[in-house]
Amino acid sequence: MSVPLSWYLILAAALFSIGLFGVLSRKNAIAILLGVELMLNAVNINLVAFWRYLDPSQMGGQVFAVIVFAVAAAEVAVGLALIISVYRRRKTVVADEIDLMKW
Amino acid sequence: MEKYIIWLLPIPPLISFFAIILFTNKRKAVSHGIAIGAAGLSWLGSMFIFIRALGVKEFGRQIFGSSINWLPTGSTWLKVGVQIDPLSAVVIFFVAWTVLAIFIYSVGYHNFGQPKGDHDVAGLPPHGATISEHGQTHSVPSIEPMYSRFFAFISLFAFGMYTLVVSDNLLTLFVGWEIMGLCSYLLIGFWFGKPSARNAAVKAFMTTRIGDVFMLLGIAFVYSFTGSLSFSEIFKPAMLTALSSTPAFFGLSAAGIIGLFLFIGTVGKSAQWPLHVWLPDAMEGPTPVSAMIHAATMVSAGVYMIIRMFPLISAGWTEGMPLNTTMSAIAFIGAFTALFAASIALAQNDIKRVLAYSTISQLGFMVAALGIGAYVAAAFHLVTHAFFKALLFLGSGSVIHGMEHGVLHTGEHTDAQDMFNMGGLRKKMPITFWTFLIGGLALSGFPVLTAGFWSKDEIFAEAFGKGHIVVFITLAVAAFLTAFYTMRQITLTFLGEPRTKAAEHASETTWTMTVPLIVLAIFAIGFGWVGIPAQFPFLGGHIANWFHEFVGGTLTELPQEVGFSWVPLITSLVVALGGLFCGWLVYRKIKSPQEDFLQIPVLKNKWYFDEIYDYVFIKPATWIAEKFTSLYMDQTVIDGVLHSVARFSLFLGVSFRTYIDKRVINEFMGDGTGNVVKTSGSGLRKIQAGRIQYYMVASITVLVIFALLFYFLVL
Amino acid sequence: MTADRIIFILCAALILASGLMVVITRKLIHAALWLVAALFGVAILYAILQASFLAVVQVVVYIGAIAILFIFAVMLTRREMLDKGAQTRSNWWLPALLGFLILVGLVFLILGQPAFAQPAAALPAGIDTLRSLGTALISPDAYVLPFEVASVLLLAALVGAVYIATGKKE
Repeated sequence: MSVPLSWYLILAAALFSIGLFGVLSRKNAIAILLGVELMLNAVNINLVAFWRYLDPSQMGGQVFAVIVFAVAAAEVAVGLALIISVYRRRKTVVADEIDLMKW
Repeated sequence: MEKYIIWLLPIPPLISFFAIILFTNKRKAVSHGIAIGAAGLSWLGSMFIFIRALGVKEFGRQIFGSSINWLPTGSTWLKVGVQIDPLSAVVIFFVAWTVLAIFIYSVGYHNFGQPKGDHDVAGLPPHGATISEHGQTHSVPSIEPMYSRFFAFISLFAFGMYTLVVSDNLLTLFVGWEIMGLCSYLLIGFWFGKPSARNAAVKAFMTTRIGDVFMLLGIAFVYSFTGSLSFSEIFKPAMLTALSSTPAFFGLSAAGIIGLFLFIGTVGKSAQWPLHVWLPDAMEGPTPVSAMIHAATMVSAGVYMIIRMFPLISAGWTEGMPLNTTMSAIAFIGAFTALFAASIALAQNDIKRVLAYSTISQLGFMVAALGIGAYVAAAFHLVTHAFFKALLFLGSGSVIHGMEHGVLHTGEHTDAQDMFNMGGLRKKMPITFWTFLIGGLALSGFPVLTAGFWSKDEIFAEAFGKGHIVVFITLAVAAFLTAFYTMRQITLTFLGEPRTKAAEHASETTWTMTVPLIVLAIFAIGFGWVGIPAQFPFLGGHIANWFHEFVGGTLTELPQEVGFSWVPLITSLVVALGGLFCGWLVYRKIKSPQEDFLQIPVLKNKWYFDEIYDYVFIKPATWIAEKFTSLYMDQTVIDGVLHSVARFSLFLGVSFRTYIDKRVINEFMGDGTGNVVKTSGSGLRKIQAGRIQYYMVASITVLVIFALLFYFLVL
Repeated sequence: MTADRIIFILCAALILASGLMVVITRKLIHAALWLVAALFGVAILYAILQASFLAVVQVVVYIGAIAILFIFAVMLTRREMLDKGAQTRSNWWLPALLGFLILVGLVFLILGQPAFAQPAAALPAGIDTLRSLGTALISPDAYVLPFEVASVLLLAALVGAVYIATGKKE
């Protein structure tokens, strides 16, 4: 294991930034969720890297990652259900057009 | 006890006025019942007082009087009260009788008991009603629509006269004076639907008002000089001396000026020249009104007042002295008026107009008598004139009623008041004829039998005896004309044959009208006998000259009876009998105005005085009112100023609104604030776009910025 | 440049390139598939990091469920957004800038920590990561509570998703 921890972290940061970019700039709501998935994965990479490099006997890191999986799955399920429901109502998935909750 | 009754004398007619106006206006019988009842009560009270007064020896010194403190003026009071002294006792005697007679007469005059007229409307004289009897329709006189109102007004009038006669001070006298002025306006204009009546009412009020203004000035002068208005205070010898010796304006003493001003009030009220113009027009009112106002009571009030103020007028004058300025003025106006009015009466064809001018003329006699200092003679003629003139007026009303009956019968539109339409009425209306004849003879001064003779003779005797020859001759000529036109009137109206169909169908009037005539006729004959001078040939001396003693006692010094002289007696006999004879001679043959040589335009048109006054006074006054004051001053100047102020305010308001209110406050501050908020709000609201990515971008931007700040500033 | 590092770099390149394609590509279905690739790379990374269970879970759950779900969703909402026109918002430079700044900041922070430059120590002998993970997940003095709560969360999400997706009958 000669890869320094910092490489993993930088990778995660880059993936996170890409995901952020996707969230903030894509029009399609599903595409936004894709970006969110990338961000979650970046977080997971971070968690697992820290687990491995700092204290592998402490399972908290992996457990945290497992929980993140679960949460991500739940979130995607509900999110897509919402998008589909909104799509049925408003016939659109463009995030900018779903703006009824404005001032 | 008498003094309390005197307070009550004016009250019944006042109550009657209010009762009729407020409660019984719709019920005719009740109204005239109340009015006649009130007049009767006052008559009763007056007779009681009079009889008691007769019983008092030297009544002039122990008059019935009572006064109260009324108006507080600094440390003293202005007192008002009532009194009956010899002068007012005889005056109240004739006032009570004539008022009662006229009230009863009015019931018949206004056709009580007759049906309502076909086209009668309140405000116009009644026209007659058609009734059908036994299948035939004919017109009968109809009842006056405003019957109750008439009785209310004459009740108020009676109240005014009683107040004037019983008052012991100039203030309440003036109050009564003005009330009568008001009532004369109301009653002359009683038939307000006729424009001529309305104009006559206004004319009467205006003309007497001119006199009243001067009278009020005189009263004010009296008060300011003497501090009191009560007769007893003013006529104290010390006060009179002070008044007559204090010089005032125009070279006259205070007494002179006051006397003159008060006399001007009489000139207005008693229709002397130059304020005579209202009385003939006042014949527009119903005949009882003419009798009451212009014969018996109101115009007599003017003469009564000036007789009452005789001590003031003659202050500083005693018998034998030449007349002072005021008395000369009075004598001149009186004598001039007597002749002037008599000349006009010669050319009048309306039966009431003749009597109107006759009244003016006879009042001139009384005024002239007072002017020359014949106190008792003036009072005597006042009383007798009241009786026979009231008799004559009521008689003329009866004649007119009889003629109207004939007019209704024939259905033609004959003027029932034109003497040339009459004739032969002595057969149709005998009671009216005999009473009218008695009145006319009294007016002319028919010797011995009529009261007018005694009073007029006394005036002549005084004028001649005191040496006022001009007055004497003027009055003698006037007396001749009086007899002449009176006989003219009687001849045209009653003697001869009827000249129109209406006259043929005339009929006598009801008892309510003829009984008062008879009562007044008795007085017209009998009253003269209480004043027979002691030195009169054959007749004098048997009965004391009660009138002279009684009324003369009013003055502080009993005036002496003038010594007897044949000249005035013969003169008076000649003018009276001569005038009567000539009048009968000339007019028994004349049938129409065209044959009447006396229809001279100057006389017919009353010496054009109405036209002169119209030109000199009325037109300029109208011009001033319409053009100068109304148009130039009021509309142009004053309204101009007001309109400019208004326009300026409007301009200010508009510019405030436009420049300040709208622009600054509304747009800049009001709308501006709103707009700013709106714009900033709409700007700011875009933050809440409802778009998630926008929110996230914003929040992450802020996060980054904060992180940078945190890192560089804190760490 | 040891073999570890080379493998790492390749793997990282795969992940980053796929991720970039996810957020850039025009067609949405391609984006979903690129996501699959990225997730696969992450799975490989987990394997390198000796979290083998997680690698499998990543493949099974993330790729096998979540990515499939994405594809379903894309297919179900296809008609409206027909991959024409720009797929990114017009102000995409701002998110790019932000991302870049965040990246730079994070890199800066990471490189500033000397502790992170250490290579990994070897696993202590005798640790069975899988067994430990299982024990940790259900051990009462370990992480059983979060585990159970997570399952309740999944239940809630399940019910909610069904309810929302079904909607009311119109």
